[in-house]
Amino acid sequence: MHWRPRASEQRLLRTGRLWTASTVTHTVPFVVAAVVLTVLLPVLAPVSLLLLVHAWAIPELYASRGAKVLRPRRGESGQAEQVAAGLLGDLVDHGPRELVARTGLALERGRLGVWLLGEAGALLVRPGGRRVNCYCVKVLDASLPPSDRIAHLLLALRTDEAGFATVANLSFSGARWRVRRRLAAPAREALDAAGAQARRRC
Amino acid sequence: MSRLVRMDATGHTTVAEWTLDDPPAVEAAVRAFRAELENGYFAVVSEGEGQAEQVRELPVDASLVILRRPIAGG
Repeated sequence: MHWRPRASEQRLLRTGRLWTASTVTHTVPFVVAAVVLTVLLPVLAPVSLLLLVHAWAIPELYASRGAKVLRPRRGESGQAEQVAAGLLGDLVDHGPRELVARTGLALERGRLGVWLLGEAGALLVRPGGRRVNCYCVKVLDASLPPSDRIAHLLLALRTDEAGFATVANLSFSGARWRVRRRLAAPAREALDAAGAQARRRC
Repeated sequence: MSRLVRMDATGHTTVAEWTLDDPPAVEAAVRAFRAELENGYFAVVSEGEGQAEQVRELPVDASLVILRRPIAGG
């Protein structure tokens, strides 16, 4: 990935600010237009309402895309998954191991924040716990059982965290609460645990 | 007993096992290790939370060496 700048604390801060600025740029014109229309031509209030709905929907759609990175790809409970789950369990400590068993997501503390790893994506809770970055990243072998896919991401992350964040494709950066609303209950539990750890690091 | 395992469709497969006082087993493990790297696998030694090292020669004193595939942005 020589064409992509290597991830760093400063680069992640900059990316987060750019993402927020981009969202504001997409949203504010609809709000302003809604207000102006309502003031100048009250009869167009329904149109203003549509514009406000549009302004609300844009960040929601982005957050929805971000939340998808933690969605399980397929239910696999066969022998291979049991073997893979055993190996993944050996790689993580006691607390994260219980979290994996309950939620299917692995929690890993890094220098850039607290990571949640799923089968085909990763979510980084930044220090302080308020912002999350959602990444699409996966191992290029569809035959692997889910826990092996998570173990691949875990080992790649541990080997080179900045490289991991560079290779992964950013699908969302924004407020943790926005992503949380879009997650299933087990993933919410994992995100809350990651958020609590990220707040402690602040 | 040290192990070289490959993550694959079966969960994982033990590719080689060796002990330091068994030179033929070590040699076989080194050969298997090199063959897996030539097949595109990366070898990693996990050192606990937040730490792992990618290796290009078999660390014969490691208890567990894991072979993984490359990752890519989705």
